[in-house]
Amino acid sequence: MTATTTAPPTTLSVRTAPQPSNRLRAWATRAPLLPALVFMIVVTQLPFVATVVISFFDWNSLYPKARHFTGVDNYTEVLTDADLRHSVWTTVLLTATVVLVSLVLGLLLALLLDRRFRGRGVVRTLLIAPFLVVPVAAALLWKHVLYNPEYGLFNGLLHYVGGPQPDWISRTPLLAVEASLVWQWTPFMMLILLAGLQSRDQQQIEAARVDGASDWQIFRYLTLPHLRRYLELGALLGSIYIVQNFDAVFTITSGGLGTANLPYTVYQSFYQAHENGLASAAGVLVVIGSIIIATFALRVVSSLFREEVSRA
Amino acid sequence: MNVLRRNGLGLLAWLLGIMFFLPIAWMALTSFHSEADAATNPPSFGAALTLDGYRDFFGTGGGASPWPALVNSLVASVASTLFVLLLALPAAYALSIRRVRKWTDVLFFFLSTKMLPVVAGLLPIYLFAKNTGTLDNIWLLVVLYTSMNLPIAVWMMQSFLAEVPVAVIEAARVDGARLPTVLARVVAPIALPGIAATALICFIFSWNELLFARVLTGVVAETAPVFLTGFITSQGLFLAKVCAASLVISLPVLAAGFAAQDKLVQGLSLGAVK
Repeated sequence: MTATTTAPPTTLSVRTAPQPSNRLRAWATRAPLLPALVFMIVVTQLPFVATVVISFFDWNSLYPKARHFTGVDNYTEVLTDADLRHSVWTTVLLTATVVLVSLVLGLLLALLLDRRFRGRGVVRTLLIAPFLVVPVAAALLWKHVLYNPEYGLFNGLLHYVGGPQPDWISRTPLLAVEASLVWQWTPFMMLILLAGLQSRDQQQIEAARVDGASDWQIFRYLTLPHLRRYLELGALLGSIYIVQNFDAVFTITSGGLGTANLPYTVYQSFYQAHENGLASAAGVLVVIGSIIIATFALRVVSSLFREEVSRA
Repeated sequence: MNVLRRNGLGLLAWLLGIMFFLPIAWMALTSFHSEADAATNPPSFGAALTLDGYRDFFGTGGGASPWPALVNSLVASVASTLFVLLLALPAAYALSIRRVRKWTDVLFFFLSTKMLPVVAGLLPIYLFAKNTGTLDNIWLLVVLYTSMNLPIAVWMMQSFLAEVPVAVIEAARVDGARLPTVLARVVAPIALPGIAATALICFIFSWNELLFARVLTGVVAETAPVFLTGFITSQGLFLAKVCAASLVISLPVLAAGFAAQDKLVQGLSLGAVK
Protein backbone atom coordinates (compact mmCIF):
# COMPACT_ATOMS: atom_id res chain seq x y z
CA MET A 1 0.00 0.00 0.00
CA THR A 2 1.08 3.49 -0.72
CA ALA A 3 -0.22 4.68 2.62
CA THR A 4 3.11 4.08 4.31
CA THR A 5 4.44 7.50 3.43
CA THR A 6 7.09 8.55 5.86
CA ALA A 7 5.91 11.50 7.86
CA PRO A 8 7.92 14.69 7.70
CA PRO A 9 9.66 15.05 11.06
CA THR A 10 7.56 17.15 13.38
CA THR A 11 9.38 20.29 14.30
CA LEU A 12 7.27 20.72 17.41
CA SER A 13 9.24 19.35 20.32
CA VAL A 14 7.93 21.14 23.33
CA ARG A 15 10.22 20.35 26.19
CA THR A 16 9.11 20.76 29.74
CA ALA A 17 11.51 20.85 32.66
CA PRO A 18 11.42 17.30 34.11
CA GLN A 19 11.55 14.73 31.28
CA PRO A 20 9.09 11.90 31.82
CA SER A 21 10.20 8.57 30.45
CA ASN A 22 10.06 8.17 26.68
CA ARG A 23 7.40 5.48 26.79
CA LEU A 24 5.14 7.60 28.95
CA ARG A 25 5.55 10.48 26.55
CA ALA A 26 4.74 8.30 23.57
CA TRP A 27 1.51 7.24 25.25
CA ALA A 28 0.68 10.81 26.12
CA THR A 29 1.01 11.64 22.43
CA ARG A 30 -1.14 8.67 21.46
CA ALA A 31 -3.80 9.18 24.11
CA PRO A 32 -5.93 11.76 22.21
CA LEU A 33 -6.12 9.37 19.29
CA LEU A 34 -7.20 6.26 21.15
CA PRO A 35 -10.89 6.96 21.87
CA ALA A 36 -11.63 7.58 18.18
CA LEU A 37 -9.56 4.60 17.07
CA VAL A 38 -11.10 2.14 19.55
CA PHE A 39 -14.60 3.43 18.78
CA MET A 40 -14.10 2.90 15.04
CA ILE A 41 -12.70 -0.60 15.45
CA VAL A 42 -15.56 -1.66 17.74
CA VAL A 43 -18.41 -0.13 15.74
CA THR A 44 -17.24 -0.82 12.17
CA GLN A 45 -14.83 -3.77 12.21
CA LEU A 46 -16.48 -6.13 14.71
CA PRO A 47 -19.87 -6.24 12.93
CA PHE A 48 -18.09 -6.98 9.68
CA VAL A 49 -16.23 -9.91 11.26
CA ALA A 50 -19.60 -11.16 12.53
CA THR A 51 -21.03 -10.85 9.01
CA VAL A 52 -18.22 -12.98 7.63
CA VAL A 53 -18.86 -15.64 10.31
CA ILE A 54 -22.64 -15.65 9.72
CA SER A 55 -22.10 -15.95 5.98
CA PHE A 56 -20.82 -19.52 6.53
CA PHE A 57 -24.05 -20.60 8.27
CA ASP A 58 -27.38 -21.76 6.94
CA TRP A 59 -29.49 -19.58 9.18
CA ASN A 60 -33.09 -18.51 8.69
CA SER A 61 -34.14 -16.44 11.67
CA LEU A 62 -37.65 -17.93 11.52
CA TYR A 63 -36.11 -21.36 12.22
CA PRO A 64 -33.29 -20.51 14.63
CA LYS A 65 -32.90 -24.13 15.80
CA ALA A 66 -32.04 -25.33 12.29
CA ARG A 67 -28.96 -23.10 12.17
CA HIS A 68 -25.87 -24.99 11.04
CA PHE A 69 -22.48 -24.50 9.41
CA THR A 70 -22.56 -24.87 5.63
CA GLY A 71 -19.17 -23.68 4.48
CA VAL A 72 -19.33 -21.75 1.23
CA ASP A 73 -22.86 -22.90 0.29
CA ASN A 74 -24.30 -19.42 0.75
CA TYR A 75 -21.72 -17.98 -1.64
CA THR A 76 -22.46 -20.70 -4.18
CA GLU A 77 -26.14 -19.88 -3.85
CA VAL A 78 -25.62 -16.13 -4.18
CA LEU A 79 -23.49 -16.64 -7.27
CA THR A 80 -25.76 -19.24 -8.91
CA ASP A 81 -29.24 -17.98 -7.94
CA ALA A 82 -30.61 -16.19 -11.00
CA ASP A 83 -32.18 -13.31 -9.00
CA LEU A 84 -29.09 -12.73 -6.92
CA ARG A 85 -26.80 -12.92 -9.91
CA HIS A 86 -29.03 -10.41 -11.58
CA SER A 87 -28.69 -8.06 -8.63
CA VAL A 88 -24.90 -8.26 -8.89
CA TRP A 89 -25.18 -7.26 -12.55
CA THR A 90 -27.70 -4.51 -11.71
CA THR A 91 -25.29 -3.09 -9.12
CA VAL A 92 -22.45 -2.97 -11.63
CA LEU A 93 -24.61 -1.46 -14.36
CA LEU A 94 -26.23 1.12 -12.07
CA THR A 95 -22.93 2.21 -10.55
CA ALA A 96 -21.06 2.40 -13.86
CA THR A 97 -23.81 4.31 -15.68
CA VAL A 98 -24.42 6.84 -12.94
CA VAL A 99 -20.72 7.45 -12.32
CA LEU A 100 -19.78 7.84 -15.98
CA VAL A 101 -22.72 10.03 -17.00
CA SER A 102 -22.47 12.31 -13.98
CA LEU A 103 -18.71 12.53 -14.44
CA VAL A 104 -19.08 13.68 -18.06
CA LEU A 105 -21.87 16.13 -17.19
CA GLY A 106 -19.91 17.28 -14.15
CA LEU A 107 -16.84 17.95 -16.31
CA LEU A 108 -18.90 19.95 -18.79
CA LEU A 109 -20.43 22.05 -16.02
CA ALA A 110 -17.10 22.51 -14.26
CA LEU A 111 -15.51 23.77 -17.50
CA LEU A 112 -18.40 26.21 -18.00
CA LEU A 113 -18.21 27.42 -14.41
CA ASP A 114 -14.45 27.84 -14.54
CA ARG A 115 -14.94 30.80 -16.90
CA ARG A 116 -15.97 34.23 -15.72
CA PHE A 117 -19.50 35.26 -16.56
CA ARG A 118 -22.24 37.29 -14.98
CA GLY A 119 -23.99 35.47 -12.14
CA ARG A 120 -21.45 32.66 -11.87
CA GLY A 121 -22.02 32.35 -8.12
CA VAL A 122 -25.78 32.06 -8.59
CA VAL A 123 -25.42 29.34 -11.23
CA ARG A 124 -23.03 27.44 -8.97
CA THR A 125 -25.56 27.58 -6.17
CA LEU A 126 -28.39 26.43 -8.47
CA LEU A 127 -26.24 23.50 -9.57
CA ILE A 128 -25.31 22.38 -6.07
CA ALA A 129 -28.94 22.34 -4.92
CA PRO A 130 -29.87 18.85 -6.24
CA PHE A 131 -27.13 17.34 -4.12
CA LEU A 132 -28.61 19.02 -1.05
CA VAL A 133 -32.05 17.47 -1.31
CA VAL A 134 -32.50 14.58 1.15
CA PRO A 135 -31.99 11.45 -1.03
CA VAL A 136 -35.38 9.94 -0.16
CA ALA A 137 -37.07 13.26 -0.90
CA ALA A 138 -35.25 13.47 -4.24
CA ALA A 139 -36.36 9.94 -5.11
CA LEU A 140 -39.97 10.78 -4.18
CA LEU A 141 -39.76 13.92 -6.29
CA TRP A 142 -38.70 11.91 -9.34
CA LYS A 143 -41.13 9.06 -8.71
CA HIS A 144 -44.31 11.05 -8.11
CA VAL A 145 -43.78 14.57 -9.33
CA LEU A 146 -41.71 14.03 -12.47
CA TYR A 147 -42.32 10.45 -13.66
CA ASN A 148 -46.02 10.04 -12.87
CA PRO A 149 -47.61 9.00 -16.20
CA GLU A 150 -50.84 10.97 -15.65
CA TYR A 151 -49.80 14.26 -14.09
CA GLY A 152 -45.99 14.16 -13.80
CA LEU A 153 -44.01 17.15 -15.04
CA PHE A 154 -42.28 15.19 -17.81
CA ASN A 155 -45.50 14.06 -19.42
CA GLY A 156 -47.00 17.47 -18.73
CA LEU A 157 -44.23 19.13 -20.74
CA LEU A 158 -44.47 16.46 -23.45
CA HIS A 159 -48.17 17.24 -23.66
CA TYR A 160 -47.37 20.78 -24.85
CA VAL A 161 -45.45 19.48 -27.86
CA GLY A 162 -47.96 16.69 -28.50
CA GLY A 163 -45.45 14.03 -27.54
CA PRO A 164 -46.19 10.53 -26.21
CA GLN A 165 -47.17 9.97 -22.58
CA PRO A 166 -45.00 7.05 -21.46
CA ASP A 167 -45.09 5.38 -18.06
CA TRP A 168 -41.43 6.09 -17.39
CA ILE A 169 -40.86 3.82 -14.40
CA SER A 170 -42.48 0.67 -15.80
CA ARG A 171 -41.06 1.16 -19.30
CA THR A 172 -37.46 1.86 -18.29
CA PRO A 173 -37.19 1.14 -14.55
CA LEU A 174 -33.41 1.03 -14.23
CA LEU A 175 -32.99 4.11 -16.39
CA ALA A 176 -35.53 5.92 -14.19
CA VAL A 177 -33.46 5.18 -11.10
CA GLU A 178 -30.24 6.10 -12.89
CA ALA A 179 -31.56 9.45 -14.12
CA SER A 180 -32.56 10.52 -10.62
CA LEU A 181 -29.13 9.52 -9.30
CA VAL A 182 -27.32 11.30 -12.13
CA TRP A 183 -29.26 14.44 -11.22
CA GLN A 184 -28.10 14.17 -7.60
CA TRP A 185 -24.49 13.17 -8.26
CA THR A 186 -23.54 15.49 -11.13
CA PRO A 187 -23.11 18.40 -8.67
CA PHE A 188 -20.73 16.25 -6.62
CA MET A 189 -18.57 15.53 -9.66
CA MET A 190 -18.75 19.17 -10.74
CA LEU A 191 -17.50 20.39 -7.35
CA ILE A 192 -14.51 18.02 -7.32
CA LEU A 193 -13.58 18.81 -10.94
CA LEU A 194 -14.04 22.54 -10.41
CA ALA A 195 -11.61 22.34 -7.49
CA GLY A 196 -9.24 20.52 -9.83
CA LEU A 197 -9.58 23.16 -12.55
CA GLN A 198 -8.96 25.97 -10.10
CA SER A 199 -5.77 24.36 -8.83
CA ARG A 200 -4.20 24.49 -12.31
CA ASP A 201 -0.96 26.34 -12.77
CA GLN A 202 -2.19 29.59 -14.36
CA GLN A 203 1.30 30.75 -15.34
CA GLN A 204 1.86 27.59 -17.34
CA ILE A 205 -1.42 28.16 -19.19
CA GLU A 206 -0.50 31.79 -19.87
CA ALA A 207 2.87 30.69 -21.18
CA ALA A 208 1.25 28.14 -23.48
CA ARG A 209 -1.15 30.80 -24.75
CA VAL A 210 1.70 33.22 -25.44
CA ASP A 211 3.39 30.43 -27.38
CA GLY A 212 0.28 30.25 -29.57
CA ALA A 213 -1.44 27.15 -28.17
CA SER A 214 -5.14 26.90 -29.05
CA ASP A 215 -7.89 26.42 -26.44
CA TRP A 216 -8.23 22.80 -27.50
CA GLN A 217 -4.48 22.19 -27.22
CA ILE A 218 -4.42 23.74 -23.76
CA PHE A 219 -7.35 21.55 -22.71
CA ARG A 220 -5.89 18.41 -24.25
CA TYR A 221 -2.27 18.74 -23.16
CA LEU A 222 -2.42 20.80 -19.96
CA THR A 223 -5.88 20.70 -18.40
CA LEU A 224 -6.79 17.07 -18.99
CA PRO A 225 -3.55 15.58 -17.63
CA HIS A 226 -3.88 17.80 -14.57
CA LEU A 227 -7.52 16.79 -14.12
CA ARG A 228 -6.78 13.10 -14.46
CA ARG A 229 -6.45 12.46 -10.78
CA TYR A 230 -9.51 14.54 -9.97
CA LEU A 231 -11.50 12.54 -12.53
CA GLU A 232 -10.23 9.34 -10.94
CA LEU A 233 -11.07 10.58 -7.48
CA GLY A 234 -14.59 11.60 -8.52
CA ALA A 235 -15.18 8.28 -10.26
CA LEU A 236 -13.89 6.24 -7.34
CA LEU A 237 -15.63 8.13 -4.56
CA GLY A 238 -18.81 8.23 -6.64
CA SER A 239 -18.54 4.46 -7.12
CA ILE A 240 -18.08 3.86 -3.42
CA TYR A 241 -21.19 5.90 -2.60
CA ILE A 242 -23.35 4.59 -5.45
CA VAL A 243 -22.44 0.90 -5.03
CA GLN A 244 -24.05 1.31 -1.62
CA ASN A 245 -27.12 3.11 -2.89
CA PHE A 246 -30.28 1.99 -1.21
CA ASP A 247 -32.53 5.05 -1.02
CA ALA A 248 -33.28 5.51 -4.72
CA VAL A 249 -33.86 1.82 -5.47
CA PHE A 250 -36.01 1.43 -2.37
CA THR A 251 -38.10 4.51 -3.08
CA ILE A 252 -38.54 4.60 -6.84
CA THR A 253 -39.07 0.92 -7.68
CA SER A 254 -38.93 -0.86 -4.29
CA GLY A 255 -36.40 -3.17 -5.90
CA GLY A 256 -38.97 -4.36 -8.41
CA LEU A 257 -38.80 -4.58 -12.20
CA GLY A 258 -35.27 -5.91 -12.09
CA THR A 259 -33.75 -2.91 -10.32
CA ALA A 260 -32.78 -4.66 -7.05
CA ASN A 261 -29.10 -3.98 -6.44
CA LEU A 262 -26.96 -5.79 -3.87
CA PRO A 263 -27.62 -3.47 -0.90
CA TYR A 264 -31.36 -3.79 -1.55
CA THR A 265 -31.01 -7.57 -1.87
CA VAL A 266 -29.12 -7.78 1.42
CA TYR A 267 -31.80 -5.67 3.10
CA GLN A 268 -34.58 -7.75 1.61
CA SER A 269 -33.08 -11.18 2.25
CA PHE A 270 -32.74 -10.68 5.97
CA TYR A 271 -35.40 -8.07 6.72
CA GLN A 272 -38.19 -9.70 4.73
CA ALA A 273 -37.00 -13.24 3.91
CA HIS A 274 -35.11 -13.71 7.20
CA GLU A 275 -32.26 -15.50 5.41
CA ASN A 276 -29.40 -14.34 7.61
CA GLY A 277 -26.72 -16.54 6.08
CA LEU A 278 -27.54 -15.59 2.50
CA ALA A 279 -27.79 -11.90 3.35
CA SER A 280 -24.36 -12.02 4.95
CA ALA A 281 -22.80 -13.75 1.97
CA ALA A 282 -24.26 -11.10 -0.32
CA GLY A 283 -22.98 -8.44 2.08
CA VAL A 284 -19.47 -9.89 1.97
CA LEU A 285 -19.62 -9.78 -1.83
CA VAL A 286 -20.50 -6.08 -1.71
CA VAL A 287 -17.48 -5.57 0.53
CA ILE A 288 -15.16 -7.43 -1.84
CA GLY A 289 -16.40 -5.25 -4.70
CA SER A 290 -15.88 -2.13 -2.59
CA ILE A 291 -12.39 -3.19 -1.54
CA ILE A 292 -11.37 -3.48 -5.18
CA ILE A 293 -12.60 0.05 -5.85
CA ALA A 294 -11.28 1.30 -2.51
CA THR A 295 -7.73 0.08 -3.18
CA PHE A 296 -7.58 2.32 -6.22
CA ALA A 297 -9.38 5.14 -4.42
CA LEU A 298 -6.91 5.07 -1.53
CA ARG A 299 -4.02 5.20 -3.98
CA VAL A 300 -5.41 8.35 -5.64
CA VAL A 301 -6.22 10.01 -2.32
CA SER A 302 -2.78 9.16 -1.05
CA SER A 303 -1.04 10.69 -4.07
CA LEU A 304 -3.06 13.90 -3.75
CA PHE A 305 -2.43 13.86 -0.01
CA ARG A 306 1.33 13.46 -0.34
CA GLU A 307 1.36 16.39 -2.71
CA GLU A 308 -0.46 18.51 -0.12
CA VAL A 309 1.93 17.43 2.64
CA SER A 310 5.03 18.11 0.61
CA ARG A 311 3.65 21.50 -0.44
CA ALA A 312 2.93 22.46 3.16
CA MET B 1 -16.66 36.70 -32.19
CA ASN B 2 -14.82 36.14 -28.92
CA VAL B 3 -17.35 38.23 -27.03
CA LEU B 4 -20.17 36.29 -28.65
CA ARG B 5 -18.63 32.99 -27.65
CA ARG B 6 -18.01 34.12 -24.09
CA ASN B 7 -21.59 35.30 -23.72
CA GLY B 8 -22.86 32.14 -25.37
CA LEU B 9 -21.01 29.90 -22.93
CA GLY B 10 -22.21 31.99 -19.99
CA LEU B 11 -25.73 31.63 -21.30
CA LEU B 12 -25.28 27.87 -21.65
CA ALA B 13 -24.11 27.68 -18.05
CA TRP B 14 -27.19 29.60 -16.94
CA LEU B 15 -29.43 27.34 -19.00
CA LEU B 16 -27.96 24.16 -17.51
CA GLY B 17 -28.08 25.61 -14.01
CA ILE B 18 -31.77 26.39 -14.44
CA MET B 19 -32.40 22.92 -15.88
CA PHE B 20 -30.81 21.25 -12.89
CA PHE B 21 -32.72 23.48 -10.51
CA LEU B 22 -36.06 23.13 -12.31
CA PRO B 23 -37.25 19.96 -10.49
CA ILE B 24 -36.65 21.71 -7.15
CA ALA B 25 -38.40 24.90 -8.27
CA TRP B 26 -41.31 22.81 -9.54
CA MET B 27 -41.41 20.92 -6.25
CA ALA B 28 -41.55 24.21 -4.34
CA LEU B 29 -44.30 25.61 -6.59
CA THR B 30 -46.35 22.40 -6.42
CA SER B 31 -46.13 22.38 -2.63
CA PHE B 32 -48.06 25.67 -2.65
CA HIS B 33 -50.78 24.41 -5.00
CA SER B 34 -54.02 22.71 -4.03
CA GLU B 35 -54.03 18.95 -4.58
CA ALA B 36 -56.42 19.35 -7.52
CA ASP B 37 -54.16 21.93 -9.21
CA ALA B 38 -51.05 19.86 -8.50
CA ALA B 39 -52.35 16.86 -10.44
CA THR B 40 -53.25 18.37 -13.81
CA ASN B 41 -51.91 17.56 -17.24
CA PRO B 42 -50.74 19.88 -18.74
CA PRO B 43 -49.33 21.36 -15.50
CA SER B 44 -51.03 24.43 -14.04
CA PHE B 45 -48.15 26.86 -13.58
CA GLY B 46 -50.28 29.82 -12.59
CA ALA B 47 -52.73 28.10 -10.22
CA ALA B 48 -53.75 29.85 -6.99
CA LEU B 49 -51.32 29.44 -4.10
CA THR B 50 -52.34 27.83 -0.84
CA LEU B 51 -50.74 26.41 2.30
CA ASP B 52 -52.99 23.33 2.28
CA GLY B 53 -50.09 21.01 1.37
CA TYR B 54 -48.16 22.16 4.43
CA ARG B 55 -51.23 21.94 6.69
CA ASP B 56 -51.76 18.41 5.43
CA PHE B 57 -48.15 17.47 6.00
CA PHE B 58 -48.06 18.81 9.54
CA GLY B 59 -51.02 16.59 10.31
CA THR B 60 -53.70 19.17 10.93
CA GLY B 61 -55.83 17.49 8.27
CA GLY B 62 -55.57 14.09 9.98
CA GLY B 63 -52.78 11.56 9.41
CA ALA B 64 -49.58 11.06 11.37
CA SER B 65 -47.78 14.16 12.62
CA PRO B 66 -44.21 14.48 11.29
CA TRP B 67 -43.02 16.24 14.45
CA PRO B 68 -41.78 13.14 16.34
CA ALA B 69 -39.79 12.08 13.26
CA LEU B 70 -38.34 15.58 12.81
CA VAL B 71 -37.36 15.72 16.48
CA ASN B 72 -35.77 12.25 16.23
CA SER B 73 -33.77 13.31 13.19
CA LEU B 74 -32.66 16.45 14.97
CA VAL B 75 -31.55 14.48 18.04
CA ALA B 76 -29.75 11.86 15.96
CA SER B 77 -27.99 14.43 13.76
CA VAL B 78 -27.04 16.95 16.45
CA ALA B 79 -26.01 14.39 19.08
CA SER B 80 -23.96 12.32 16.64
CA THR B 81 -22.29 15.47 15.30
CA LEU B 82 -21.34 16.48 18.85
CA PHE B 83 -19.91 13.02 19.56
CA VAL B 84 -18.01 13.15 16.28
CA LEU B 85 -16.43 16.47 17.25
CA LEU B 86 -15.63 15.16 20.73
CA LEU B 87 -13.79 12.14 19.31
CA ALA B 88 -12.36 13.69 16.15
CA LEU B 89 -10.84 16.86 17.62
CA PRO B 90 -8.34 15.11 19.92
CA ALA B 91 -7.62 12.54 17.21
CA ALA B 92 -6.99 15.27 14.64
CA TYR B 93 -4.69 16.99 17.16
CA ALA B 94 -2.65 13.80 17.45
CA LEU B 95 -2.52 13.55 13.66
CA SER B 96 -1.59 17.12 12.85
CA ILE B 97 -0.11 19.25 15.63
CA ARG B 98 1.54 16.77 17.93
CA ARG B 99 1.84 13.85 15.57
CA VAL B 100 1.99 10.22 16.59
CA ARG B 101 4.40 7.98 14.73
CA LYS B 102 3.01 6.55 11.48
CA TRP B 103 0.27 9.16 11.48
CA THR B 104 -0.46 8.73 7.78
CA ASP B 105 -1.18 5.03 8.34
CA VAL B 106 -3.67 5.91 11.04
CA LEU B 107 -5.32 8.46 8.75
CA PHE B 108 -5.68 5.89 6.02
CA PHE B 109 -7.15 3.37 8.44
CA PHE B 110 -9.90 5.88 9.22
CA LEU B 111 -10.47 6.44 5.51
CA SER B 112 -10.67 2.72 4.75
CA THR B 113 -13.48 2.23 7.28
CA LYS B 114 -15.50 4.75 5.29
CA MET B 115 -15.15 2.52 2.26
CA LEU B 116 -16.69 -0.45 4.04
CA PRO B 117 -20.30 -0.46 2.84
CA VAL B 118 -23.05 -0.05 5.43
CA VAL B 119 -24.66 -3.35 4.43
CA ALA B 120 -21.50 -5.19 5.51
CA GLY B 121 -22.34 -4.78 9.16
CA LEU B 122 -26.07 -4.26 9.02
CA LEU B 123 -27.24 -7.73 10.02
CA PRO B 124 -24.97 -8.19 13.07
CA ILE B 125 -25.90 -4.69 14.22
CA TYR B 126 -29.58 -5.56 13.80
CA LEU B 127 -29.14 -8.83 15.76
CA PHE B 128 -27.17 -7.00 18.45
CA ALA B 129 -29.91 -4.38 18.77
CA LYS B 130 -32.60 -7.04 18.92
CA ASN B 131 -30.83 -8.98 21.65
CA THR B 132 -29.96 -5.95 23.76
CA GLY B 133 -33.38 -4.33 23.43
CA THR B 134 -31.96 -1.25 21.69
CA LEU B 135 -34.08 -1.69 18.58
CA ASP B 136 -36.20 1.40 17.89
CA ASN B 137 -33.91 3.47 20.14
CA ILE B 138 -32.63 6.76 18.73
CA TRP B 139 -29.34 6.49 20.66
CA LEU B 140 -28.38 3.40 18.70
CA LEU B 141 -28.60 5.55 15.57
CA VAL B 142 -26.53 8.22 17.30
CA VAL B 143 -23.71 5.70 17.86
CA LEU B 144 -23.91 4.41 14.27
CA TYR B 145 -24.02 7.89 12.74
CA THR B 146 -21.01 8.82 14.85
CA SER B 147 -19.06 5.93 13.34
CA MET B 148 -20.34 6.82 9.87
CA ASN B 149 -19.05 10.41 10.08
CA LEU B 150 -15.98 10.07 12.27
CA PRO B 151 -13.57 9.21 9.40
CA ILE B 152 -14.69 12.23 7.37
CA ALA B 153 -14.34 14.49 10.39
CA VAL B 154 -10.89 13.19 11.33
CA TRP B 155 -9.66 13.75 7.77
CA MET B 156 -11.12 17.20 7.42
CA MET B 157 -10.03 18.44 10.82
CA GLN B 158 -6.53 17.06 10.52
CA SER B 159 -6.13 19.14 7.39
CA PHE B 160 -7.54 22.25 9.10
CA LEU B 161 -5.38 21.85 12.20
CA ALA B 162 -2.32 21.22 10.03
CA GLU B 163 -2.80 24.74 8.67
CA VAL B 164 -2.02 26.20 12.09
CA PRO B 165 1.63 27.29 11.82
CA VAL B 166 3.83 25.32 14.19
CA ALA B 167 6.00 28.37 14.82
CA VAL B 168 3.06 30.26 16.31
CA ILE B 169 2.27 27.41 18.69
CA GLU B 170 5.90 27.15 19.73
CA ALA B 171 6.16 30.86 20.30
CA ALA B 172 3.11 30.78 22.55
CA ARG B 173 4.55 27.91 24.55
CA VAL B 174 7.92 29.59 24.87
CA ASP B 175 6.05 32.56 26.29
CA GLY B 176 4.81 30.19 28.97
CA ALA B 177 1.27 29.53 27.71
CA ARG B 178 -0.15 26.21 28.87
CA LEU B 179 -1.76 23.74 26.47
CA PRO B 180 -5.41 24.74 27.08
CA THR B 181 -4.50 28.38 26.50
CA VAL B 182 -2.64 27.52 23.32
CA LEU B 183 -5.62 25.54 22.05
CA ALA B 184 -8.14 28.25 22.90
CA ARG B 185 -6.14 31.32 21.87
CA VAL B 186 -3.96 30.09 19.00
CA VAL B 187 -5.40 26.94 17.44
CA ALA B 188 -9.14 27.58 17.77
CA PRO B 189 -9.32 30.94 15.95
CA ILE B 190 -7.52 29.51 12.90
CA ALA B 191 -9.29 26.14 12.83
CA LEU B 192 -12.80 27.22 13.85
CA PRO B 193 -14.27 27.87 10.37
CA GLY B 194 -13.06 24.45 9.27
CA ILE B 195 -14.47 22.78 12.36
CA ALA B 196 -17.83 24.44 11.77
CA ALA B 197 -17.92 23.24 8.16
CA THR B 198 -17.03 19.72 9.29
CA ALA B 199 -19.90 19.77 11.76
CA LEU B 200 -22.34 20.92 9.07
CA ILE B 201 -21.28 18.14 6.71
CA CYS B 202 -21.63 15.49 9.45
CA PHE B 203 -25.07 16.92 10.19
CA ILE B 204 -26.09 16.55 6.52
CA PHE B 205 -24.99 12.92 6.27
CA SER B 206 -26.77 11.96 9.49
CA TRP B 207 -29.95 13.79 8.54
CA ASN B 208 -30.02 12.04 5.12
CA GLU B 209 -29.35 8.49 6.30
CA LEU B 210 -32.06 5.93 5.48
CA LEU B 211 -30.85 2.32 5.56
CA PHE B 212 -29.86 2.08 9.25
CA ALA B 213 -32.90 4.10 10.30
CA ARG B 214 -35.24 2.00 8.20
CA VAL B 215 -33.95 -1.30 9.61
CA LEU B 216 -33.31 -0.29 13.22
CA THR B 217 -36.21 2.02 14.07
CA GLY B 218 -39.96 1.60 14.25
CA VAL B 219 -42.72 3.80 15.57
CA VAL B 220 -40.78 5.44 18.40
CA ALA B 221 -37.40 6.38 16.96
CA GLU B 222 -38.47 6.84 13.32
CA THR B 223 -36.45 9.58 11.61
CA ALA B 224 -37.54 12.06 8.94
CA PRO B 225 -36.31 10.01 5.92
CA VAL B 226 -38.17 6.96 7.29
CA PHE B 227 -41.27 9.15 7.66
CA LEU B 228 -40.86 10.10 4.00
CA THR B 229 -40.87 6.44 2.95
CA GLY B 230 -44.55 6.48 3.96
CA PHE B 231 -45.12 8.39 0.70
CA ILE B 232 -43.65 5.68 -1.53
CA THR B 233 -47.02 4.21 -2.50
CA SER B 234 -49.43 6.68 -4.04
CA GLN B 235 -52.32 7.81 -1.84
CA GLY B 236 -54.68 9.37 -4.34
CA LEU B 237 -54.16 13.09 -4.81
CA PHE B 238 -51.19 13.81 -2.59
CA LEU B 239 -48.61 15.58 -4.74
CA ALA B 240 -48.77 18.91 -2.88
CA LYS B 241 -48.36 17.08 0.40
CA VAL B 242 -45.39 15.05 -0.89
CA CYS B 243 -43.73 18.22 -2.18
CA ALA B 244 -44.32 20.06 1.08
CA ALA B 245 -42.94 17.12 3.08
CA SER B 246 -39.87 16.70 0.84
CA LEU B 247 -39.14 20.40 0.94
CA VAL B 248 -39.56 20.82 4.70
CA ILE B 249 -37.40 17.77 5.43
CA SER B 250 -34.72 18.93 2.95
CA LEU B 251 -34.59 22.50 4.29
CA PRO B 252 -32.07 21.82 7.08
CA VAL B 253 -29.77 20.09 4.58
CA LEU B 254 -30.11 22.87 2.02
CA ALA B 255 -29.33 25.45 4.71
CA ALA B 256 -26.36 23.52 6.11
CA GLY B 257 -25.08 22.78 2.62
CA PHE B 258 -25.15 26.37 1.43
CA ALA B 259 -23.55 27.49 4.69
CA ALA B 260 -20.70 25.00 4.20
CA GLN B 261 -20.52 25.53 0.42
CA ASP B 262 -16.84 26.43 0.34
CA LYS B 263 -15.75 23.41 2.35
CA LEU B 264 -18.28 21.03 0.83
CA VAL B 265 -15.82 19.60 -1.72
CA GLN B 266 -13.26 18.96 0.93
CA GLY B 267 -15.75 17.06 3.07
CA LEU B 268 -17.14 15.05 0.18
CA SER B 269 -13.71 14.11 -1.11
CA LEU B 270 -12.73 13.10 2.45
CA GLY B 271 -10.22 15.90 2.60
CA ALA B 272 -8.35 14.90 -0.57
CA VAL B 273 -9.30 18.07 -2.47
CA LYS B 274 -9.02 21.56 -1.07
